[in-house]
Amino acid sequence: MRPGESRLGGTALTLAYDQRTIAENLTVAVPDRSFTVIIGPNACGKSTLLRALSRMLRPSAGAVLLDGRDIHDLPARKVARTLGLLPQSSIAPDGISVAELVARGRYPHQGLLRQWSREDERVVEESMAATGVDDLADRAVDELSGGQRQRVWIAMALAQQTPLLLLDEPTTYLDIAHQIEILDLCARLHEEQGRTLVAVLHDLNHAARYATHLIAMRDGRVVAAGEPASVVTADLVAEVFGLPCRVIDDPETGTPLVVPAARRRATTLAPEPA
Amino acid sequence: MTVLRTSWGLSLRFRPRALGVGAGAAVLAAGFGLVALGSGDYPMGPADVLRTLTGGGTVAEQFIVLELRLPRLVTALLVGAALALAGTVFQSLVRNPLGSPDILGFTQGASTGALVVVVLGGSSLALAGAAVVGGLGTGLVIYALAWRRGVHGYRLILVGIGVAAILTGVNGYLLTRAPLMEAARAVLWLTGSLDGRGWANAGPLLVVLVVLAPLVLVGCAPALRMMELGDDAASALGVPVRRLRLVLLAAAVLLVSFAAAAAGPVSFVALVAPHVAKRLTRAPGPNLLPSMAVGAALLVGADLVAQRAFAGHQLPVGVVTGVIGGGYLVWLLAMERRAGRL
Repeated sequence: MRPGESRLGGTALTLAYDQRTIAENLTVAVPDRSFTVIIGPNACGKSTLLRALSRMLRPSAGAVLLDGRDIHDLPARKVARTLGLLPQSSIAPDGISVAELVARGRYPHQGLLRQWSREDERVVEESMAATGVDDLADRAVDELSGGQRQRVWIAMALAQQTPLLLLDEPTTYLDIAHQIEILDLCARLHEEQGRTLVAVLHDLNHAARYATHLIAMRDGRVVAAGEPASVVTADLVAEVFGLPCRVIDDPETGTPLVVPAARRRATTLAPEPA
Repeated sequence: MTVLRTSWGLSLRFRPRALGVGAGAAVLAAGFGLVALGSGDYPMGPADVLRTLTGGGTVAEQFIVLELRLPRLVTALLVGAALALAGTVFQSLVRNPLGSPDILGFTQGASTGALVVVVLGGSSLALAGAAVVGGLGTGLVIYALAWRRGVHGYRLILVGIGVAAILTGVNGYLLTRAPLMEAARAVLWLTGSLDGRGWANAGPLLVVLVVLAPLVLVGCAPALRMMELGDDAASALGVPVRRLRLVLLAAAVLLVSFAAAAAGPVSFVALVAPHVAKRLTRAPGPNLLPSMAVGAALLVGADLVAQRAFAGHQLPVGVVTGVIGGGYLVWLLAMERRAGRL
């Protein structure tokens, strides 16, 4: 596949829960081998879009295409060998060990007579090493810290060995150091393993720093998509989030850095004195 | 975890401890069974029992063991295994340790069916059939009421509790409408009893178990294990979550209904057996096979106590499982509180 092409995308999607429509006529493409980040205010439909892209929500109109085919025409197991998902919240069964949980990522590759191949064993070990949880292998998942636990879930998704990996708000509930740790890990997986990553993130500055492709959404529409440097502008942040701000260069990376405008005194709507 | 591999790509993985628990419980059930077959008004030694089972023994011994005691024992084994399997599936599906068919209303539904036959007057075959119909009907109603883009744990539990409460009221009303003698028979049935069970009781349940146990144990167990990670994670791993849940719920309701048809709504086995199995195997995930063995041993043991604990006086087995199950539940809650989980 040529670079720049897209293996995953949606055309003319209408996304709805029961009667509540979240998005209409939504078209997105995830560039192959990109680290795509979807941003937008609460309830803009970004998590809903991720659910649709991962086959968990069937669009009421339009189609999600994976390698050119409607994702709902493909068998669940086949999709699970191409596209992985780290959900916003998962449940670790009582007392399960790290190695056992990561091993469950091998499910789509296993069968009745192929329950635990050498390949399974090798991939699980590699996944734990790549996420730095190999020395926790025998620990119970319940005993781990939030950051460690998130790395274990990522290891499980890696063990699934999918070229595409979707992450739904992977940094929520983590403190700032662990947020950066998880995002560094994602960037490494993207660069070193050549995986296509799609993540929903809340923090604009994280998105601008780590993404190679940004999709900005508001009210179920894509407002802008492209490289962070061209997408993250003061005008766009005002349009998408309704937040007055300045955008400067991140002194560490040179990527756009959003600095919210200072609180105005008196009425917030008063124009700034010259 | 132990892995067996062959050169041509076959690989099997299992937990020796879980296998041990299953085998241990099966041996225990067999031991209880041997005692049950040999004790009673006509006592026999284990050697005599085994000889009779393998075709020897006197005509009288053959009649007593093969026609009177063995059907009851087989019914107990099957009912215990079926209830335990259904209970494990329910608890795993609703992700709640209290999600047993006694609480979710299926047992009450089977009772309603049986009580209708009691009031209208009918054979014990009609009663068994009505119990199955009542259980399945209740399953359909609960599924329909709990449906909203799929059936989820809490909704199923709450709807089930509501339906159970309604049916308990209906069952009480039906009892007041029954003739006195029939009401007494109905109360005995409602307690759960193995008294006088013959091959006609064991047969249908055996068929259901032979069909459904492989479906659940082989066909669904690995996917059920993935479902414990949450619907989203399971679906991301390629589990067809909705279809699997429907198949498993149907299988569990069938098992409970046929078990109730065979022995009445024996309480607490479905609730307790999965917990005992989990504690003994110390394995995460639904311990389906160990649970079935534990359930069988529990019911055979409880029936032995019910038959022999009080000389000359038989208890319905449901009384014994209720006392054991209730006691265990209290103990479980106390332990959970001590561990800070409740």
